[in-house]
Amino acid sequence: MPQLGLLPKRAWAAIFRQLLRPPRCACPQAVRCHSQAAESVLTSQLKSHQETPNFVIKTPKGTRDFSPEQMVVREKILDVVVSCFKRHGAKGLDTPAFELKEMLSENYGENSGLIYDLKDQGGELLSLRYDLTIPFARYLAMNKLKKMKRYHVGKVWRRESPTVAQGRYREFCQCDFDIAGQFDPMIPDAECLKIISEILSGLRLENFLIKVNDRRIIDGMFAVCGVPESKFRAICSSVDKLDKMSWTDVRHEMVAKRGLTPEVADRIGDYVQCRGGASLVEQMFQDPRLSQNQQALEGLRDLKLLFEYLTLFGIAEKTVGESVRVTETQVFVATPQKNFLRERLKLIAELWDAGIKAEMQYKNNPKLLSQLHYCEHTGIPLVVIIGEQELKDGIVKLRSVASREEVHVKRKDIVIEIQKRLSES
Amino acid sequence: MADRAALEELVRLQGEHVRGLKQQKASAEQIEEEVAKLLKLKAQLGPDDTKHKFVLKTPKGTRDYSPRQMAVREKVFDVIIRCFKRHGAEVIDTPVFELKETLTGKYGEDSKLIYDLKDQGGELLSLRYDLTVPFARYLAMNKLTNIKRYHIAKDFDIAGQFDPMIPDAECLKIMCEILSSLQIGDFLVKVNDRRILDGMFAVCGVPDAKFRTICSSVDKLDKVPWEEVKNEMVGEKGLAPEVADRIGDYVQQHGGVSLVEQLLQDPKLSQNKQAVEGLTDLKLLFEYLTLFGINDKISFDLSLARGLDYYTGVIYEAVLLQTPAQAGEEPLGVGSVAAGGRYDGLVGMFDPKGRKVPCVGLSIGVERIFSIVEQRLEALEEKVRTTETQVLVASAQKKLLEERLKLVSELWDAGIKAELLYKKNPKLLNQLQYCEEAGIPLVAIIGEQELKDGVIKLRSVASREEVDVRREDLVEEIRRRTAQAPCAC
Repeated sequence: MPQLGLLPKRAWAAIFRQLLRPPRCACPQAVRCHSQAAESVLTSQLKSHQETPNFVIKTPKGTRDFSPEQMVVREKILDVVVSCFKRHGAKGLDTPAFELKEMLSENYGENSGLIYDLKDQGGELLSLRYDLTIPFARYLAMNKLKKMKRYHVGKVWRRESPTVAQGRYREFCQCDFDIAGQFDPMIPDAECLKIISEILSGLRLENFLIKVNDRRIIDGMFAVCGVPESKFRAICSSVDKLDKMSWTDVRHEMVAKRGLTPEVADRIGDYVQCRGGASLVEQMFQDPRLSQNQQALEGLRDLKLLFEYLTLFGIAEKTVGESVRVTETQVFVATPQKNFLRERLKLIAELWDAGIKAEMQYKNNPKLLSQLHYCEHTGIPLVVIIGEQELKDGIVKLRSVASREEVHVKRKDIVIEIQKRLSES
Repeated sequence: MADRAALEELVRLQGEHVRGLKQQKASAEQIEEEVAKLLKLKAQLGPDDTKHKFVLKTPKGTRDYSPRQMAVREKVFDVIIRCFKRHGAEVIDTPVFELKETLTGKYGEDSKLIYDLKDQGGELLSLRYDLTVPFARYLAMNKLTNIKRYHIAKDFDIAGQFDPMIPDAECLKIMCEILSSLQIGDFLVKVNDRRILDGMFAVCGVPDAKFRTICSSVDKLDKVPWEEVKNEMVGEKGLAPEVADRIGDYVQQHGGVSLVEQLLQDPKLSQNKQAVEGLTDLKLLFEYLTLFGINDKISFDLSLARGLDYYTGVIYEAVLLQTPAQAGEEPLGVGSVAAGGRYDGLVGMFDPKGRKVPCVGLSIGVERIFSIVEQRLEALEEKVRTTETQVLVASAQKKLLEERLKLVSELWDAGIKAELLYKKNPKLLNQLQYCEEAGIPLVAIIGEQELKDGVIKLRSVASREEVDVRREDLVEEIRRRTAQAPCAC
């Protein structure tokens, strides 16, 4: 099972703190030009912000930048997710960030107030996509496809009231996996659950539970309890709050706000507080009232089949410390001497041409100490040091940043020697 | 109703008029006026009560990426990102829209191409036009003075005060590495400098106020012959013909470092401080590019102007070369695939104290590159796989679904890419056909007899050879086979 790097608990905590860091703001008051070039650029066409003294420099409400540290974490997470999708044979898909407005507004009902519209600038009316599912449906219809197993990782936009602390944003990334098509029952459904389980385990979030239910069982249950059909969806959203509210509070809402009679509410309570595995499904089959309802029976039968498959999939029942490096640089090209820029440039080009990840300082005459500090700070493992005396002898020094050991290597052999070291580590 | 039909026709005509104006790059005021007229007409139409036909398409100018195109895209991004990482760049990400004010005043003539979001009672927002202005905003917001970063496998930038031309040379080295690795054909990188352009205009006698507009005329020289450009400058932009001729003498020149030397000796240009600054830096740049081994791919081209206003120093553009029809002719550039330059003043526009953070960067034209790579694959008739599945778990007889589910789960848990058909009792032939269509190399076939014997039949789709593998050895065997012959996709 692919694992997410070697990070102990406190490193994870530190990383999540990074991800939740709030955005910063800065208020410019005046703009000054310093060079002739900048002046000619700024004065001719561009306006200065002296005209808008209240301009605050920030990202829009509910959105944020991702710093390099945050990107490392995000890339690791997305890597686990996407490799799982690929492992299950899904094809990648991408769609535009915006769709025709009518495509979205017709399909989201009460949520359409949360859609970002683009300004009417005389052309088509457009809106930013709200999720990845409607675009998928459009893609299937446009391409007349009857079957597809696809994944789509992309940003979506919703004008919700953002409560940043709760992790709700107006711009966020979704990773969707869907199987479209007519197949034998419950096999694709089981695969979806298997995928959820693989991803959560792959992210080392092993203490999880997947709650499963069925719309037909819910509707059947409401029917046999005596809920009027017109109140089905409303009662549904009350029941949905049971993961955050106690039964007493939910019951109160159903009776006081939704106008349910207390007896009906109690009957619902008898059912919705049940939790269990395949045995609960069996139990429900035996329930005198539920077993009379066609819908509920259909749902229960499918759930029974699902649990069988989940058992076969093995999911029916659920370091070494390493700091987060933001670059993958392997070698730093350094020199303690003045006027060795050209030698550094030649050497680093040889490394890049050999596919080795290398960096150097953008200074003509950098100090050796600051170069070595830089390597330690950013976690670069190797340094090639070019010095005057050694060059005369056709030699450079290869230094391990961790152990501080240095060896002399022939200039002509340095690329091979580095490749050897990197493949060994 | 006839009235309504007439009104709808007016709306349609006005819409086309607006589109025409935008295409001709008419003035912003004129476009705004016509758009306002269009919106008024639309308002007169009122709410559309009639059920209109549901149009199934992506917005104009956008497209979906099919799985095949995604596979190509992934390969291209992989090459680009590996190069960025090899040069030690970090990656950042910014939101897709910015505060409208952030983007205001940064793009000159191109501002009218920006997508605004509708005013829905909150902040005024616009979709980002490029990744450079958001980057400058990010630097100012976080008070960063130096960073080397890439953004979405497209943009690479180095921000910070460094010794001259070293980062600029690295940007060009990166562009060359990427374009070479992508194997999309021969290319050339044209290099120029904003200061040389401005200096040249000054010594030719172009009035200050006309600098930018003459610049955009000169920029067309890669598509249009000199005579036409001259006509535009004299006829449309009011330049004196002598001035245009003087410009012509310069901008039709291109070459290597010897041209830089030559211009440093030019009697007029050498008197202009800006031009000399630019030429001196270019000379240094060429030295570094030679050390980087890429000077044969670089051409100092005085006609390169680049549209965006925020460039302050060196500018560059990479074009693919079409092999010439006749020997002795120079290869033709067929469209730019990457570009960039130095922009030292942009961050200072955001910083409250106006603190400058010099920047240099490049942007890869990924859309163009996708099309080229796609075409190349099609021409070679190379099959592009849209999944990476290594094994299909199949059954030879009926009632073996449970066994398939167990086996595929074992394979997934071992990290192997596997699939099964969502059928209780699929025919073996259909399962084999599925593999051929999807390019899946191996099939693990479960059969009743084999189950009793504790083996699985492993079949190679290409060779049709089958071997019996013990159940406990299957994972290892699949790993061995797929490691030897990496997916030919």
